[in-house]
Amino acid sequence: MKKRKLNIGVTGLNAIDSPGPGVSVIRALREATSFDVCIIGLSYESLEPGIYMHDIVDRTYSIPYPTAGIDTLLARLEYIQEKEKLDVIIPNFDAELYPFIKLEPKLKAMGIHMFLPTMHQFEERHKVNLNDFGKKYGISVPRSKVLYDLNTVHSLPSEFSFPMLVKGKFYDASIAYSIEQVKSYFNKISAKWGLPIIIQEFIHGTEFNVTGLGDGKGNTIGAVPMRKQYITDKGKAWGGITISDEKMLDMTRKFLRNTKWRGGFELELMKNKDGELYLLEINPRLPAWIYLAVGVGQNIPEALVNLAMGEKVTPFTTYAVGKMFIRYSWDMIVDREEFEQISIYGEL
Amino acid sequence: MKLRKNVAVSEAGLLFNPVTGESFTVNPIGVEILNLIRDENNPEQISNAILDKYSTDMATFEKDYYDFIGILYHHNLLETNEETKA
Repeated sequence: MKKRKLNIGVTGLNAIDSPGPGVSVIRALREATSFDVCIIGLSYESLEPGIYMHDIVDRTYSIPYPTAGIDTLLARLEYIQEKEKLDVIIPNFDAELYPFIKLEPKLKAMGIHMFLPTMHQFEERHKVNLNDFGKKYGISVPRSKVLYDLNTVHSLPSEFSFPMLVKGKFYDASIAYSIEQVKSYFNKISAKWGLPIIIQEFIHGTEFNVTGLGDGKGNTIGAVPMRKQYITDKGKAWGGITISDEKMLDMTRKFLRNTKWRGGFELELMKNKDGELYLLEINPRLPAWIYLAVGVGQNIPEALVNLAMGEKVTPFTTYAVGKMFIRYSWDMIVDREEFEQISIYGEL
Repeated sequence: MKLRKNVAVSEAGLLFNPVTGESFTVNPIGVEILNLIRDENNPEQISNAILDKYSTDMATFEKDYYDFIGILYHHNLLETNEETKA
């Protein structure tokens, strides 16, 4: 039987040392059994490697940064839609989710489906609200404090012991061992990502991640936990292994049941030496290591697309434990004309 | 003393704890001891099995054996006495 073909727009095509999830998401979609795909890459920079991976991405269009405003993004998407007739868009960056959530009804009217958290869910899980989130849903989180002013850092030693984490509102985190380091990271991170800065209690332990998909009604469609085995200096997993930890899966199901989370997600967890789990962050999108979930039997991006298209999806109940992913980098040789095409015309 | 039931031990000596994601390597005698533990042999039976097979003395074996058991407990690969009783 011939499968239906879906045109899917995907962002996050960058593959630096903190890689975007786009290429992994596309690999998953290309292995989908319930549909065929034409992949339209949506890029922010001309050097995002996914643009030039023609066996991964069929065509690419540049789109404006979120700072350009929602109307500018909408105008660009209207242009792309005229040419490509997109069925689905999967945004893969935290920073672009706000405009895409805002635009969801308008894009739906244009025929573009998405499966994103609601604005309430998006805001509630934000790092700046993590304390309240933990209290509301009965999930252990490290103590944190939101800072808007560098002058307030002097009160920190009375509330937190060193080391402490200094985090940006979207990305970046550094471990500070002194007030001088807190100030330095405050300036560095706020210059890049803006205010506020979040100070978080440092939990000693082992890092784990869970990726999954919630159907928006409290049900778990998929969930795969992973232990980071090789961590880059940016704290990103460059290698990992699937594990079977019921406590971790229970926490994931509780998170989805209580929040009625809609869409893909990644939970960042820390387990201390007493085996207690702390939720450090909720990333409201699929992670860069999502292909591991596909490799162990849960094609979460495929399920996400089917939910976006209003299809009924059967939850995944199992996955292979002890499977690893090992990331590598690969130098592509690219003609200057291709770079010129995407840089000058915004299309390739 | 029991090896946690979900801990996988390969013939080549790779131990994998699926709950924590940790893996370890042990030498061939380590594998033999782990298999003896898995088969629910007590320390005396394990000692006899190893001393029958290898030319070592009891004192040397016991020192190495209890070091090894300590490491297994440290990495949470053996059930605690409370867990075994439960």
